[in-house]
This record gives sequence, structure tokens and C-alpha cells, in this order.
Amino acid sequence: MMDAQENEKGEAMQPMTQLRDRYDGVAKVTGKAKYAGEFSEPFAKDDLVYARMVQSSIPCGTLVAIDRTAAERAPGVLAVLTPFNAPKLNTSKPEPPARRNLSVLEDTEVHYNGQPIAVVVAKTLEQARYAETLLKIKYKAKPAKLELPAKLAKEGRLGEARWPKNPGKEQPSNRRGDLDKGFAAAAVTVDESYVTPIQVHNPMEPHATIAWWEGEKLNLYDSTQYISGVKQAIARALNIPLDDVRVQCPYTGGGFGSKGSMWSHIPLAATAAKVVGKPVKLVLGRTQMFGTVGYRPTTVSRIRLGATADGKLTAVQQDAVMNASVMEDFHEGVAGPAKRLYESRNNLISEKMIDTNLGVGTFMRAPGEAPGTSVLEIAMDELAEKLKMDPVELRLANYAEKDPTSDKPFTSKHLREAYARAAERFGWAKRSATPGQKIEGSNLIGYGMATATYPANRSSAQAVVRILPGGKVWAASGTQELGTGMYTILAQTAAQVFGLDLAKDPTAVEVALGDSKLPKAPVSGGSQSTASVLPAVQAAAQQALLKLSVLAVNDAASPLHGLQTLDLGAKDGKLFHKAKPAHADSFAAIIERNGNQAIEAEGSAEPGQDHSAYSAQSWGAVFAEVAVDRYTFMPYVRRVVGTYDIGTLMNDKTGLNQLMGGIVWGVSFALHEEAHIDPVYGRTVNNNLGEYHVPVNRDIGQIDVTVLNIPDTKFNPLGGRGIGEIGITGAAAAVANAIYNATGKRIREYPITPDKLCSRSLTL
Amino acid sequence: MNPFSYQRATGTEQAVHAIQAHGAKFLGGGTNLVDLMKDNVERPTALIDITKLQLAKIEDAPGGGVKIGALVRNSDLASDPRIVRDYPLLSQALLAGASPQLRNMATTGGNLLQRTRCYYFMDTSYGACNKRAPGSGCAAVQGINRIHAILGQTDKGATSGETCIATNPSDMNVALAALGAVIHVQSTRGKRTIPIAEFHRLPGTTPHVDTTLHSDELITAVELPPAKFARNSWYVKVRDRQSYAFALVSVAAGLEMSGGTIKSAGLALGGVAHKPWRVAEAEKALVGATPGVEAYTKAAELAVAGAKGYEHNAFKIEMAKRSVVRALALAANGTRAGAEGVQG
Repeated sequence: MMDAQENEKGEAMQPMTQLRDRYDGVAKVTGKAKYAGEFSEPFAKDDLVYARMVQSSIPCGTLVAIDRTAAERAPGVLAVLTPFNAPKLNTSKPEPPARRNLSVLEDTEVHYNGQPIAVVVAKTLEQARYAETLLKIKYKAKPAKLELPAKLAKEGRLGEARWPKNPGKEQPSNRRGDLDKGFAAAAVTVDESYVTPIQVHNPMEPHATIAWWEGEKLNLYDSTQYISGVKQAIARALNIPLDDVRVQCPYTGGGFGSKGSMWSHIPLAATAAKVVGKPVKLVLGRTQMFGTVGYRPTTVSRIRLGATADGKLTAVQQDAVMNASVMEDFHEGVAGPAKRLYESRNNLISEKMIDTNLGVGTFMRAPGEAPGTSVLEIAMDELAEKLKMDPVELRLANYAEKDPTSDKPFTSKHLREAYARAAERFGWAKRSATPGQKIEGSNLIGYGMATATYPANRSSAQAVVRILPGGKVWAASGTQELGTGMYTILAQTAAQVFGLDLAKDPTAVEVALGDSKLPKAPVSGGSQSTASVLPAVQAAAQQALLKLSVLAVNDAASPLHGLQTLDLGAKDGKLFHKAKPAHADSFAAIIERNGNQAIEAEGSAEPGQDHSAYSAQSWGAVFAEVAVDRYTFMPYVRRVVGTYDIGTLMNDKTGLNQLMGGIVWGVSFALHEEAHIDPVYGRTVNNNLGEYHVPVNRDIGQIDVTVLNIPDTKFNPLGGRGIGEIGITGAAAAVANAIYNATGKRIREYPITPDKLCSRSLTL
Repeated sequence: MNPFSYQRATGTEQAVHAIQAHGAKFLGGGTNLVDLMKDNVERPTALIDITKLQLAKIEDAPGGGVKIGALVRNSDLASDPRIVRDYPLLSQALLAGASPQLRNMATTGGNLLQRTRCYYFMDTSYGACNKRAPGSGCAAVQGINRIHAILGQTDKGATSGETCIATNPSDMNVALAALGAVIHVQSTRGKRTIPIAEFHRLPGTTPHVDTTLHSDELITAVELPPAKFARNSWYVKVRDRQSYAFALVSVAAGLEMSGGTIKSAGLALGGVAHKPWRVAEAEKALVGATPGVEAYTKAAELAVAGAKGYEHNAFKIEMAKRSVVRALALAANGTRAGAEGVQG
């Protein structure tokens, strides 16, 4: 797995020593790791009270009245907040990711079913939930917009879609070359429509907030992907100074994008805490996570491909329509891959919207690329079949050496190697191009493949590192741990700079994150945390080491006195003279002789100077083997093989785990996930984990993940690109294509459930 | 969740007296009732915990069959050696349901009373559900009815107080129907038995009533007649994922073979109706027939005769037919439940 590391110039790089076990593994499996909703201090534990968010049961209309009388009299109830009595908050124009258009009891309008319309605060959660049932809520309903794009497509009404409000018209960059000419030059064309459903993130840990006030200062424990975003957004919502807010989140139990924004429950918890004068805990029930905290919009895409007889794409067109909330546009860039994944001179995409009375959509693991590759890569499979060409060969024939949207070179691209390695590991050569050829018992067996891709993002990040009296190291950044391994790679990055062996002494580096008092880091979204935060930690650690070195060389009592700092190295808690390693002085001794104060340095990292000269993107190749029962039409994914070109992998355990998790989600995208929206009520009918299907253990066969591990130092000094999202891309289409190869049935509407494979006519 | 009182019953007599309190319900494994209470669908004023009653035995029944105590846990029942040997169809169906954790809690009697998974029943936000709020209408007929009934439903339109297209979600019940189980019940008025075919009911004009069990009656046991299908039975379950999903369609098939022909057959469908769907004509058509696709297809056609699909569940008609043919074919091939590790 871990090949010898060389950068793009072929220079050897010192590989990072990986932590074998997760830094926070023991804390997590023993329950010592506390999640936002689990805190019972620093406030008095008995003071903690519970808030229940009450939601609308109609999709559109006006609240005429909420009779709180019975609810307020119910046992344990401390307050009932409604639009008729709640303090008004500052609602401002949304500015994603942090600030969204919220429903914080500011008025009586109902925009979607499930919109927060009241908050009940009681001494126990059960009391709050009981009191909720006693509220008498009167609405004046209005007609709701609940027609989803797939329905409009069936009725030939996609023309009703509009451009996204920003910019409100076609973007010039969505068009290049001459599409008509391209299609005229095509020997073979594909022209089909594809549907992706509404999907809901459903992290294991629900959204949870504990809010308490110390005078005018607000404290939050909040399950979030973005502590500094929540801090900024809540300060604005409550009209209080930024410095009066502290947000803490040592661990986040998954987010997948749904915790990248401040949603309504956070300001509602803060307001409730103010009103009752006690710490308030507000945890969303699973059902409440369907609609109020974002979802992936549903899309319909008409994709047209034209190619020469030898498979060169002459024209690529994708016209997509997605649903938007009447409250706020969220733009799912589903046509992005059609625009940039393959070399195509003549290219046109459009992404339009249909207004719906649903909650606000949001970023969900690999926004754009997940649904985008899921549909484009089926179309490419259809094209390969028409060309009688191997699907891998078709991709190679259209390999983009430069970014087709900008003609910029990539910081690093080794997708060819990824195709080759994954195909080899999978045994792609054994595939029969004709569907339905491979039968094993009651199963039809099929192979499919697709390309994976996700942009490599990087933002400004800050970190602080201290060398403590006693010689241990403390490294911190205001980033988040989502189960991704941030503690682990932060620890190993600091350890690397100081020459500390964490295998020998796991306590040599202490890591802190998830506190808005720490230096600022970006949202844990867009697969950017590794590439953004680690360079900042590295810089801070290097600065702290330099400060320590300066102390040592200026200290007459040190064996290193009089040397240059450049002459020094660091290992196992000591500075040493590189030329004479026996001359050494321990961190602890140097600090003790020099005032015994921690040595602290801050570090900052920005995207590189030549950032704009390159395009940065990650790549992968995914292959799937599927068995479809000939009688029940139940599909089962036996094997997935994925090879990824993601720069340097920082940690095998946490990194491969994320890629594998992404693949599992790809299987889920292909076979399981769909939020069904009632056409009258506008409510997700399968709003629980019994009925909103994600894979269970038995749905997942073998998964084989490898990485090329070729450093991308043009992207950042550590050579790594983010890996949080690319795993989901391509995987769904690989499964869909394998199902076609098994059955000869081309399903263009996700998820591919037994009913779709069973029914004979499948037209949009 | 409503405030409610809780009482642990120490004996059957005490339990059937306690249940007479207005709004009282028995609490078994709680896997269904407690969930529905949390969501305010079920609002009992009192819970009578019966889990300490002596009803967890599997024993010989006088007529040569077996009597299963109402408190036998689903996982214990599924792995009981006699059940695996004599009634593999039941074991297979049980293991196709829920998850190991749920099966460890769920009881035989409770599973019989499992309520529908109709979305509109399970979520009180919907104003219209004749099962949850009698007379309020049915949101499912015009809604997302993918998991709903195609047979035996009452459909007089969305606003009628009689319309109901909910299904019975249990796997166990389908096997019990094919096996011809008899339910033993007890109340202060005495004991009686109810054949499984009469235990669950169709919605008719009162869709809020799931079964013919009276509200003061306690299920004490389920009796199975002498085993006929031990060698030839199969449970087919079609669902959206490999485990922990309710059936889109399921079929319990048992065949009694004699020489080269079928002597008798038990056939019931799940996921298609308000009760396990057993059609006497389909079973009769198999009697005397030579095993084969022709006979199975004929039975399948009879089994779904009169089916009516909706916008999202019309696929079930074809899926049900195919599943009947498949289940009969596998049953004819012989029983392998348990040994094959066929499970949830």
C-alpha cells in the first residue's frame, strides 16, 4: 500500500510516521469521548433542562394561533415559545455554509412541513414531548408547491424550471465549443434521462446543542462541522458581540455536510436558555432530521453524448433540473462532472431549479460529484456499449490531460494508473460485454465500473503548538473531529516535526480541537481539513521548535550553546547536534533552565502562491461485481474495488476507512437511499432509519481499497489531498452498470430497488 | 408520550384482571408498542407488564402438534430444535424478520399483534389515517403507497372513513397462516381459541381494528397442528435490502408430497394485505398436481386474483406471482432452513 514516496519532481520525501491506532480510539470505544449532547458541566447538572422543537404539520400556510394553555400547565414545563411570544432574532441574508435561511419563530409563515414553529422547555425530555402533544395549533393552509422534477419530467414540464437565483441566468462558463457541430460529427450518440432522489444525511449522532448563558456570554456545546461558523452565525442571529460566544465540540458523530451550517435548533436552544435562565439541551429526534437540517436535492438530468467511432467525445450535454426550497436556493452541481471529467471540446451544461415547499437543501457528501458521477457514468457505460468498446478504454480515449474547463494543468493526476491497478485487482478482463451471460445458481452476475473524482480544496487555517514544561507537546487548532481521524493526523504531524515517537509514548503529543477559543480553522467540509489544517500545525510546530532551538543555543548551560539553530535536530524529546548526535539537551531541561514556561508558537497556512495556476482534483477508479437474484430481483453487491489518486495518504487506518465508508455510501446511493416525499403533505414519509434504508452489514460484500500514494506537493507541502468525499463518487454508477451487465436492464432512476428491476416498462 | 401507569403482572389471572382498566395494554417485548408510544400513536393509560408470566415454554400439544407459549422470544422460537426440525418454515420466516436484537426482545404473542408500518399510521402529523384516528380518512391511497396492500383492502377514496390499504408487516404471521396455527387466548370470561385465518382481519368498515382479539384478552399460546411440511417448505422474502427491512412481498409455502404429486399445500403471502393472505383456491389447485412451474403459476394466479395496485405499488402484483412460483419451487426442492443459516 505505502509505496516509496516521491513528489511530482521525483524527489524523495520523508514519509510521515503514521499512528497505527486512532489517537481518540480508546476514548471513543470506552465512552470517555463526550459528544455535544452528553455534557453535564460546567453548569450544575440538575439545572440542565430539555427543549423539544415542535414542527409544522402542513407544507405551506400561516399559523393563525397556537394555544399554549394546556401545555404550559403540564408537569415540568418551564416555557413554551411560539412565533406569538418568542423574542425576535436577527434573520439576515443567507451566506452558506454557516448562515442559512432559518425558521426561528420570527413570523407566522409556514414554508415547509416540519418547519420549527414552537419550542417546549421542560425539566425532562418526556415532559417536553408530552406537553408538545397538548399544543393546539391552528393553521390557514395555502396551496403548496410539491411537484418534484421527476414528476415534471414524466409530464413533459421541465420547461417550468428556472435558473438559480444567483446569478439568475445561464453562466457563460457552462458553454464551450460548438455543440451542434459536435453532435453532427458524432458517429454514435446517447440521449437519456436520469434521476437521483432526495437523500438525507442521517449521521449516527443527531444534531445536538446545549446552550447556557454566563451573564451576557453564550456558551454552546454543539455537534457541528464548523465551530467558528456557528460562532459567527449565532452572534449575528442574537445580535451579540462575536467575543461573547464560545462554541465547543470535541467530537462530532458524523455530519456529512448536514452539520456544516447553523440550523434553526441552535439559535432556538440559545433563546430558550435565555428565556428560562438555565442551561438547555436540544437534541433532534431522528424524525426531525428529515427536512430541518438539509438534504441532497433530487435531480433529473437529460444527458446527451456524441462520440466518434473510436470513442472520442465530440459533444457532451447535460441539462439538469433539481428541486429548491422556497426559502433558499441550494445548488447541487450535478452537471459538474459532465463539464470537467473528460476531454470534450463541445460542452454545454445547465442546472435549473423547481421551487418546492420543502426545507433547505444542503451540502451532502460529495455535493455535485456524488449524483453527477452517478448519472454521467451510466451514460458513459451506455455509450461504451453502443460503441462496442470496453468502458475503461472509453474513459482512456477521453482522458483529460488538462482541466477541460480552464486548460490549466493539474497539480497532479495519475488516473491512468488508478484504472490499471483497480482493473487488475478486480479481474476486469474476465468481464463479458454482453449482459446476462454469467449465471451462478439463482443469480445473474455482472461487472461494472466508473470513474471517481472530487475537487481538492484548501483554505486558510491557523494552529497553535506549545512545548510544555516537562517536554511534552500540545498542538491545537479550532478544527473538528467527525470520526475522520483529525486528532490522529494532527498528533502525528506535530510528532513528526519534533521527532517524537508516539508508538513509544502516545502521550508525547496532546491534541486539542473543537473549541472556538482555539485558532480558526475552516469548515470540515469539501474534503479540505487535512490539506488546510496540517500545514498550519506543521508551521506552528516548526516555529515552536525554532524558539526552543534559539533558547538552547543561547543558553550557556546547554551542551548546544553557541551552535546555529540549523545545526540542530529533534528526536525523542531532545534537541541534538546533527554533526555530533551525542551532544543533546532535552526539551524539558531547556525549558526548566529558561523560566519553566511553555514555549508557544502560532502557525498559519494559506493555499499556495501558484494555487491559481493549477487545477487540483482527486481521482479514482471503481469496479463492482453485483449478483441479482433472477426470481426476486434483489441485487447484492458482492465486491467493490477502488483505487484512488489522492496524493499522500496521511494515515492508513483513518484514510482507508473514509474511502471505504464512501464506497459503502455509494452502494447505498445505488440500491437503497431515497426520501419519499408525500405529494400532498410535503413530508418525508419514511422519516426514520427503519424505513429510510441505508446498507446493513449484510448488504456489503468485499471492499478492496488502495491508494496510489503519489504526493501532490504542488497542492500543499505535505503532499496530501482530502479524501472525505471521493469514495462515494463513481461507486453508485459502477454498481448500476454492473446491474445492467448482469440483467440487461438499464435502470436510470436511483435507487435501483427490486420493484424497478421487476417491472417491465421503465420509461420516464 | 402520554403519562401512564406501570404494573408488573405475576400471574395470568392477575394480568387479565388488570387489563380491564380503561386504556390498559399488555407489555411484552415492547419492540413495537414502546416505539409507537414515544411517537404518540399508542396512548395507553396503563401498561401491564406480562414478561414474568409463565408463558415461555414450547411443549407438546395434545393432537400431536406443538404449543408455543406467548412469551417465547422470536430468537428462541427460531432456533428451537423441534421447530427447526418440524416447522422449518416458521424458523425461516422468523429469521427473515427484524434484527437479532429485536428478535431477542420480541415475543410470539407480541409479533401476532405487530401493527402496520404504514407511514401515515406511524406519524401523527398526518391528519388522515382511519386506523389511527377512525373516520379521519386515508392519506395513503393518494400518497406514497409503495409498501401498501394490493389485496383485500378497503378503498372508498381518500376522504372515506372506511378506506385503509395498510398491510400486516409480520413475517412470522405469514408462516403461521400457511401452517394453520391456532391462537389460544384468555380473559376473565374464560378461554377460547381462534384459528389464525380468523385472528387477523381485513379492514372492512373498521380499519382501526387489526384483529378479532378482544381488548381484554391475553394471548397465552400459539398451537401448530401436526407437522406436514417439515420436508418441503420455503419462505421467500423480497425486500429493499438484505436484512432489517419489511417485506415488499413475502411468501410462505409448504408442500406435503406423496409419490410424485402434491398431497396438500399451505400457501400464504405477506406484504400484500391487511392480514396474511391465504387463498384456499390456490392451495386446492396444487393438490394432486405434479410439482412444476405450470402448477405453481396456476396457484400464483389464483393467489393474487382480484389484486389492485396503486401508483407506487402496482409492481407487487407481478412480484407476488413470481415469489409464489419461486417459493413453491424451493419448497418442492426441499427444506434447508436453519442449516443454511438463512436469517434476517
